[in-house]
Amino acid sequence: MDVDRQGFIRELREICGDNIITDRPRLRVYETDGLTAKRQVPWVVVLPSNISEVQQIARLCDSHRVPLVARGAGTGLSGGATPHAEGVLLSLARFNRILSVDSENMLAKVEPGVTNLAISEHVEHLGLYYAPDPSSQIACSIGGNVAENSGGVHCLKYGLTVHNVRKLKLVSPQGDLYEVGSEAFDSAGYDLLAVLHGSEGMLGIVVEVTVKLLAKPEAVCVVMSGFASVESAATAVGDIIATGILPAGLEMMDKPAIQAAEAFVHAGYPTDAEALLLCELDGIEAELQSQLDILQAVLQKNNALDISVAHSDADRARLWMGRKSAFPAVGRLAPDYFCMDGTIPRKQLARVLGEISELSREFGLPVANVFHAGDGNLHPLILYDANLEGDLEKAEQFGAKILELCIEVGGTITGEHGVGLEKIDQMCVQFSPAELAVFHGVKAAFDPNLILNPGKAVPTLHRCAEFGAMHVHAGQDKFPDLERF
Amino acid sequence: MTSRDMTTLLLEQVQKATAHNMPVTIEGQGSKRFYGHTAAENTACLQISGHSGVIEYEPGELVIRVRAGTPLADVNQLLSSNRQMLAFEPPDFENRSTMGGVIASGLSGPRRPYAGSARDFVLGVRMITGHGEVLEFGGQVMKNVAGYDVSRLVTGSLGTLGLILDVSLKVLPEPEAEVTLGLPIARQELQSRLRSMQDMFPLSAAAHQDGVLYLRLSGSEAAIQSARQKTGGEETDSGFWQKLNTLACFSSAKELWRISVAPASQIFLKEAEVIDWGGGLRWLVDPGFDPREQLAGEDGHATLVKYAEAKLPAGVELFHPLPPHVLNLHQRLKQQFDPAGVFNPGRMYRAF
Ligand SMILES: Cc1cc2nc3c(=O)[nH]c(=O)nc-3n(C[C@H](O)[C@H](O)[C@H](O)COP(=O)(O)OP(=O)(O)OC[C@H]3O[C@@H](n4cnc5c(N)ncnc54)[C@H](O)[C@@H]3O)c2cc1C
Repeated sequence: MDVDRQGFIRELREICGDNIITDRPRLRVYETDGLTAKRQVPWVVVLPSNISEVQQIARLCDSHRVPLVARGAGTGLSGGATPHAEGVLLSLARFNRILSVDSENMLAKVEPGVTNLAISEHVEHLGLYYAPDPSSQIACSIGGNVAENSGGVHCLKYGLTVHNVRKLKLVSPQGDLYEVGSEAFDSAGYDLLAVLHGSEGMLGIVVEVTVKLLAKPEAVCVVMSGFASVESAATAVGDIIATGILPAGLEMMDKPAIQAAEAFVHAGYPTDAEALLLCELDGIEAELQSQLDILQAVLQKNNALDISVAHSDADRARLWMGRKSAFPAVGRLAPDYFCMDGTIPRKQLARVLGEISELSREFGLPVANVFHAGDGNLHPLILYDANLEGDLEKAEQFGAKILELCIEVGGTITGEHGVGLEKIDQMCVQFSPAELAVFHGVKAAFDPNLILNPGKAVPTLHRCAEFGAMHVHAGQDKFPDLERF
Repeated sequence: MTSRDMTTLLLEQVQKATAHNMPVTIEGQGSKRFYGHTAAENTACLQISGHSGVIEYEPGELVIRVRAGTPLADVNQLLSSNRQMLAFEPPDFENRSTMGGVIASGLSGPRRPYAGSARDFVLGVRMITGHGEVLEFGGQVMKNVAGYDVSRLVTGSLGTLGLILDVSLKVLPEPEAEVTLGLPIARQELQSRLRSMQDMFPLSAAAHQDGVLYLRLSGSEAAIQSARQKTGGEETDSGFWQKLNTLACFSSAKELWRISVAPASQIFLKEAEVIDWGGGLRWLVDPGFDPREQLAGEDGHATLVKYAEAKLPAGVELFHPLPPHVLNLHQRLKQQFDPAGVFNPGRMYRAF
């Protein structure tokens, strides 16, 4: 980086006054996100407090070609917010206001640093809520949710972030302020709103988010059932979907996850079961009972061990508590864990889970599975100890094998946590060079000088060549000519 | 249903077009020829209707994967025989819309506010870009954030970014029962009336025309019965939605404007011939003025859907003009996907 460092910091100070961090001890606070295996102290951190400051910071970085990494709450699990050693880390922590609620159009306009849960809490008195509910919802920011296109236990029925955000205000790397999407149900031109979802801070800085609110359902219940085998639970999942009922949530945990969660929060889970299903039904009172009857019949047909139905807010919350705290609960079992995030066709659930447990034996690392079964989105948690020589590498290899397995069965390497730094090599397996070139093209259209979050999400073709696991399709390399890139 | 994979042939045609910088119009069965700017004379037509058939459909996975030339009617029929549906209710113009056109236009029907739009259900596409390559984005799974969401970007881009070969869509179960009701209601009361139904779950369409509020309730019999007690109104012909969706109810219009705004907006509330999407979509018939001037302060957009070519002022856009930075992003994306500018040039905006 050929920048006059002192001069650059002086200019940053002129933009955001004292809201800048340059001393190492305080910089270290930002060295990692939820993917703690990757650490990097940033060169400098800025905490702007208004849009104009963000625009000026972007312009300054762009003109000096200094990397700029946006950070919400830092709960991301793929290293999307891992700082750049020679770059500016832009925290949106001060963008924490809910700007307006429009109950007529069922919309809320919020700043990107607002936490996911704060939105629902803010509109609760109106009988409304914001549907996507990542397990990290008390901490993660809505800006981060947009950047990762986050999901939650309720996205089977209510969709991902991309289905629940109507409009964004963004700052381009050149400092332009612009809007995509609309308060209307659609907008003119290309669907830039969709492209920006899941773009991992690579295309623009989100400075305002307009989310869709939903009316709270009249009635809700959660059905919990244990199973003697993962296979029968997986079959039950398919059978439930086949009934035509669309559950609000359909989640599964395997034995290690059940036991860890039970020990952690005492949710009342059957600790002797091999698998557990949590199925939430919601809707209008008149409809719910008949759906519940059908659901129970399906569960019984699949030899569910014990079925219990929670109606009250407290009982439902208790059942969900176990699921939502599964990551930290499993985290107590070992010094470190890796959370994987592949998605597969539902029908492959049993096969993939079987192969994962075989891999677990092979690598000698325990694994616990929690997942969004209704969507086929797996979260194998690989347990390891970073202080043991070679354990981290083993865990990484194990994770890579799982992701490649997901691709093999027709799935994807990430359902909701993003590629970030973590899965960048597996991108070479999932996509051909020509497909990766299209991603680079999208990037160049939004960020011609490539200053936003460099080195993440989309690998360079050189990196793929070095990684040596080029995308192979139908037995042949689709595009062997690396030359033109 | 016929099934034929013409990928190789289509790829050759695209490669020829790009090699000679020869613009092409991508067309299925031409049911949406009226939508967007007409191509310059003697533009070659790239026919995709022969590239058809269902590639994969497993009802239990809630996913269907079809070739672009497959007729929408065939897909609807297949899904319906498995008690499933395309929940965004795409319009089937003249009964000859193809899936490629459905996705390229990104149009959604009356169910849009309650179930989601075309792009909401797109899981993946296989396409040919202007680089003359067959590429695949997204897939057949419900959640996928690997790489930028190109499949949703292509949805609604009117064929300007490339040729869609096939598309994977999420499908949903058909509702157990459905009923359309008509309630006499004055236009001024429409919004407050609809607001009172905001949290009434089984609503799947709401439109207003000639002093009648049309409601469609979908769900279990029990849910519909309980909702009907709250709404009142008489059962009426469900064919109303089809006529509205395919614009058949505007057949005598010379000029038809589609105005998309937030449902509670006050604009054109009186003037609109029909209001659909629970207030969010307003149709102006022969207004005699360009409604976009009045939309300036609104968060919304207007499209000139039907017009007399001869009366169109030179250089006028049919789709809502984009702000400079956003237009610039469009042009840069177009440049990346289609550097030779061969796919449907000017169909959406004159600048690309
Ligand atoms: C215990 C735990 C449970 C979790 N459960 C779930 C879950 O159920 N579902 C799920 O999907 N995820 C889950 N996550 C992952 C994580 O919480 C989400 O990815 C979340 O959306 C990240 O938000 P954040 O504010 O922490 O973003 P960060 O980690 O700060 O950033 C994530 C990415 O977004 C970018 N970014 C952040 N803000 C902006 C902005 N304003 N403009 C542009 N780019 C920006 C960053 O550059 C980075 O690439 C979980 C994480 C943990 C630790």
